[in-house]
Amino acid sequence: MGTGIDTRAGEDKSRVEALEAKVQELTQRLADLEERAPEDRVAIVVFSGDLDRVLAAFVIATGAAAMGQQVSMFFTFWGLSVLKKGSEFSGKTFFQKAMAMMSPGSSLELPVSKMNYFGVGAKMLRSMMKEKNVSSLEDMIALARDLGVRTIACEMSRDVMGINDSELAEGLEHGGVASFLADSLKSRTSLFI
Amino acid sequence: MSNPFDKLFDARGMSCPMPLVNARKEAGTLEPGQVLKVMASDRGSVADFQGWAKIARNVELLSQEEESVDGANVYVHYVKRIA
Repeated sequence: MGTGIDTRAGEDKSRVEALEAKVQELTQRLADLEERAPEDRVAIVVFSGDLDRVLAAFVIATGAAAMGQQVSMFFTFWGLSVLKKGSEFSGKTFFQKAMAMMSPGSSLELPVSKMNYFGVGAKMLRSMMKEKNVSSLEDMIALARDLGVRTIACEMSRDVMGINDSELAEGLEHGGVASFLADSLKSRTSLFI
Repeated sequence: MSNPFDKLFDARGMSCPMPLVNARKEAGTLEPGQVLKVMASDRGSVADFQGWAKIARNVELLSQEEESVDGANVYVHYVKRIA
């Protein structure tokens, strides 16, 4: 009789052990899945230096931040003009000087992607926005900062275009493709503007 | 039908994305359970506030109304902070 009870106790024990192992395996798998799941994040590449495109990028960025998303904006190539506070020429190569001369010195000098007509189009768009009480690009840049939007300047394109750190706004992060991908791979939405 | 509310935010005259961005700021000053009434002139705010409530975990859209104030359309949103 005693042996019968022992056998049953042994069976129960091995069943419990099997269950425990299964629970442990599932917990591990769940943790792995959670690790890979997208977060409440939006990643935006701002490649363009066109006023209209950059405005769209900032409307999305500030809107997303207001909706509780973590937003990262990566500025590369022409998009770097948005972050500039002025142009410098000394110590630059001939091509870098030419680049500095021909590109906008700050967000205020961005052209529009269509009908720019040497800047008249951009002025027109800005005054039409003002008429409709739409925030200016500069207000939105400040707002994005207030809302905690991460601003990252692409180090490679900054270097290629010969833009000095001192030509860019303060409080930026500097990074490369991996810092974009690290955020983008965790985001539900990634945009290239 | 109008809801009781704890705070009023007047977003009339503001355009996208400012009604949303500022309403988010105002909602941040509320205690969980309190209600923010937002008045906006931006027609797009109707869909925007629905989207916000759908995505954000800390707010609930109680109701939306359309009113006419001095001949101008006003879109009213009642947002409750839930966390």
